[in-house]
Amino acid sequence: MSRRVGVVLFPGSNCEQDMLEAVALVGGEPEVLWHGDATTSGVDAVVVPGGFAHGDYLRPGAIARFSPVMGAVAEFAAAGGPVIGICNGFQVLTEAGLLPGALQKNKGLKFLCTTVALRVESTDSSLTSQAEAGAVLRIPVNHFEGNYTCDDDTLARLRADDRIVLRYVENPNGSVDDIAGICNEGRNVVGLMPHPERASSDLLGSSDGLPLLRSLVA
Amino acid sequence: MIFSVHVEVRLREGIADPQGSTIERALPSLGFDGVREVRVGKSIRFSIEAADEATARAEAEDMCRRFLTNPVIEDAVVELEAAAGAAS
Repeated sequence: MSRRVGVVLFPGSNCEQDMLEAVALVGGEPEVLWHGDATTSGVDAVVVPGGFAHGDYLRPGAIARFSPVMGAVAEFAAAGGPVIGICNGFQVLTEAGLLPGALQKNKGLKFLCTTVALRVESTDSSLTSQAEAGAVLRIPVNHFEGNYTCDDDTLARLRADDRIVLRYVENPNGSVDDIAGICNEGRNVVGLMPHPERASSDLLGSSDGLPLLRSLVA
Repeated sequence: MIFSVHVEVRLREGIADPQGSTIERALPSLGFDGVREVRVGKSIRFSIEAADEATARAEAEDMCRRFLTNPVIEDAVVELEAAAGAAS
């Protein structure tokens, strides 16, 4: 039976269609989870996609955290369910306290829209289990607030527990320790700024996102 | 009582402020030399009804901690005064 993957739709999300397509491409069964419904509908994995949830008012993710679906997502995560936050979804998960740290404005104040090289640092997470350790993946980024930051203690813990799952080969935004993606202690919640769903076909420039997408439905 | 509240949201010390640095670098081109430590924040104003000033302040500080700031990167200064014309 194929895995059901729920993609959360907030007002202002704009990557949910790409994500739904990408899930279907790797053999999953995609469905939309409306932000106003306080349930994850029995799916096997949840993706919080990119965009500008609730207009990014106040701060990216600050309002989205209060959407009814987020309580259900937090319960799903606490029960060990895979939850992936991509770009704005990563910001939402940090604001919701499901991942540590915060995403601040890019160093240099540039909105970044380009393809970057990422190194897979750990294959022990719900997003990287089907990737190869040390593999370099070419995946698009598209963000203004992607500069990951956290206090020194948190950073030390992330490093010690091997929770930095993806690093930029060349840091585009000033993120501390070249961090592109991290996971929680349970390794089931992962946040990353790059967009694997936009790297799902050679026709679109890269298919390097496929191992990550496959991890979601494995 | 009604209190007017002004919350200034600031990036915490030690957190890089790319907007502030950009403004700082632009100022000399207008002849403003010697400007340093430019920091950009947010200003939020509202009024709140509460029994007394201490209660109003506690409410506003709770809002800051749980919603108006992201404590990982921001802190806040709360200024508060009894609204003009309010009956005491």
